[in-house]
Amino acid sequence: MTNPSEAGDLRLSHVTKRFGPFTAVDDLSLTVPQGSFFALLGASGCGKTTTLRMVAGLEEPTTGEVRLGDRDITRLRPYQRPVNTVFQSYALFPHLDVFENVAFGLRRRKIREVRSQVERMLALVQLDGFTKRRPAELSGGQQQRVALARALINHPQVLLLDEPLGALDLKLRRQMQIELKRIQTEVGITFVHVTHDQEEAMTMADTVAVMSAGKIEQLGRPAEIYEYPATAFVANFLGQSNLLAGEAAGQSGGDVLVSAYDQRFAVPAPRARADRGEVFLGVRPEKLGLVAGEADVPAGHQSVRGVITDSSYVGVSTQYLVRTGWGTELAVFAPNSGAAAPLAVGSEVTAHWSPEHAFVLHREPGEGDRTTPVLDTPDAVGVVS
Amino acid sequence: MSLLTGVGARPVSAPDKRPDDSRSRRRWLPYLLLLPGGAWLILFFIVPTLQLGATSLYDPTGSVTTGYAMTWEFGNYPDAIAYAGPQILRSFAYAAIATVIGILIGYPLAYAIAQKAGRWKNVLLVCVVAPMFTSFLVRTLAWKTILSDNGALVGFLRDVGILGADGRLLATPIAVVLGLTYNFLPFLVLPLYASLERLDTRLLEASGDLYASPTRTFVKVTLPLSMPGLVAGTLLFFIPAVGDYINAALLGNTNTSMVGNVVNSAFLSRQEPPQGAALSFLLMAIILAIVFTYVRRAGTDEVV
Repeated sequence: MTNPSEAGDLRLSHVTKRFGPFTAVDDLSLTVPQGSFFALLGASGCGKTTTLRMVAGLEEPTTGEVRLGDRDITRLRPYQRPVNTVFQSYALFPHLDVFENVAFGLRRRKIREVRSQVERMLALVQLDGFTKRRPAELSGGQQQRVALARALINHPQVLLLDEPLGALDLKLRRQMQIELKRIQTEVGITFVHVTHDQEEAMTMADTVAVMSAGKIEQLGRPAEIYEYPATAFVANFLGQSNLLAGEAAGQSGGDVLVSAYDQRFAVPAPRARADRGEVFLGVRPEKLGLVAGEADVPAGHQSVRGVITDSSYVGVSTQYLVRTGWGTELAVFAPNSGAAAPLAVGSEVTAHWSPEHAFVLHREPGEGDRTTPVLDTPDAVGVVS
Repeated sequence: MSLLTGVGARPVSAPDKRPDDSRSRRRWLPYLLLLPGGAWLILFFIVPTLQLGATSLYDPTGSVTTGYAMTWEFGNYPDAIAYAGPQILRSFAYAAIATVIGILIGYPLAYAIAQKAGRWKNVLLVCVVAPMFTSFLVRTLAWKTILSDNGALVGFLRDVGILGADGRLLATPIAVVLGLTYNFLPFLVLPLYASLERLDTRLLEASGDLYASPTRTFVKVTLPLSMPGLVAGTLLFFIPAVGDYINAALLGNTNTSMVGNVVNSAFLSRQEPPQGAALSFLLMAIILAIVFTYVRRAGTDEVV
């Protein structure tokens, strides 16, 4: 508690939000360190926007506590909090020009020197010269930057971003992601970014929390989460995984032994979330290699045989579907590095992987293989998202 | 409500990409569509207005039986002002007071219906409009009963001491202003409702997020955004209220008569059409001047 870097940490403890019978956020606790870029990632309706709105003060938690540093802000009204939001819809004031939109927060706090601050902020978001325009006269990307400037100019302790890039096209989005990251590094304010776009979360955030059904499934650095997901949901929401249903039979010599479909596999114990009972054996599609026969499998690798049922060329890689003997189609992403010739649909192949790229996850009894990604559509209109 | 929700909407131009064959027909179509309304306006607005203008310049010494001579009698105007000065002032004063009361009642009402009523929205809207299903005259007569000296309202006000023992409401300026407020309130509420109904509540959240208290949010966001509705509503309220004579005739006394009453008597009882016409024109000119300054000041080019 005496560490000065903790002074401005955003802390949610045991926060629950119910809308009637529906629990949007379920006993959620998390700490966002001061100055970090934190992403809340999840599908529509997982409670990530509700969580954000509770930090902004736009929703009041049913139970639980929101603290900013050592200050309890749970019941403070939005205008009493040192927190600003970039809204999904931008919510720019249509009757005010860009200058007055950005100056809004300063004027409400009766701060002088508005002009120089607004101009500096507009320069930061590269909108100098747009001061007299109305929001309706701006493109989506420009509106987004006005919304960002309007929030940032107040130097909030925490800046909340509610899917701010959702309405932009892909190219502009990538550009704004880099911009946002640059601005965050420049101003050093804590950013809490809500998104359903896993790529966006991974490229921008220092820490990602994957949410599902009002709870945090996993929290960590993007690479940590991606390389070693904690649950089957995370494994297929953040990227894609081949999850094979199997049984773990305990550890032996630092490995967890998994049997699935009459084959035995070994996974290093540090990469196993469970070592006994029903488990998933998981491998990422890009970690799989394809060879013609078992004889070509590199030493130490483990393998599964199958037939190629589909191949799609996507530029940087070719994505194959390989049907195993028991009918599950595994996804395999082979890089188009020019090292291997493309494989034809219908050819018999062996998919192989290095044991340290595999991981073992807990599995609910009766659950079968899961190899397709969790798809998500952009958030529908509503508070529960 | 489709007419109302159109208040303040900007016109959208249709893309022009049809082939040439229908072009000449399409060029004539707008004029064809204008024809019935245009003919109506010419026949029942332009012609009578010109006639009224001419009447206001007739020789006032004529009479209905002998006829009137057109003598370009501009002196009718100063004479009319001299005759009905107090009534003119009273008309604008009463209408202005009624408009202010109307806004104080109508704005919260429209806001509540638009933003807070939920599924009761349509029921409440019908309640606002329902009085108009009965005649204007009947409603004003009903007020006469409500405000009458031996009615319950006056009795109550006397009992609690707001009115003196022989105090009355009927035949006072208060009754006239109340009548005006009541009769024209829906014209204020409906455009305001249309404006407030479109108000994006996310803007209010954004305002709160940017350190504006609820009061500041109202002044800086809600009010400016509802300005088109407020301007349209006050105009629809104020203009007919200025020219009204029914409320003054039924609820007031001889000292509360408005310019409408003078115009009415000039044409119908005193047989002085030039004076009535001059007063009508004067009223029109003053109202137009007020409307233009008002709309300029309010900065809502979307209304007119």
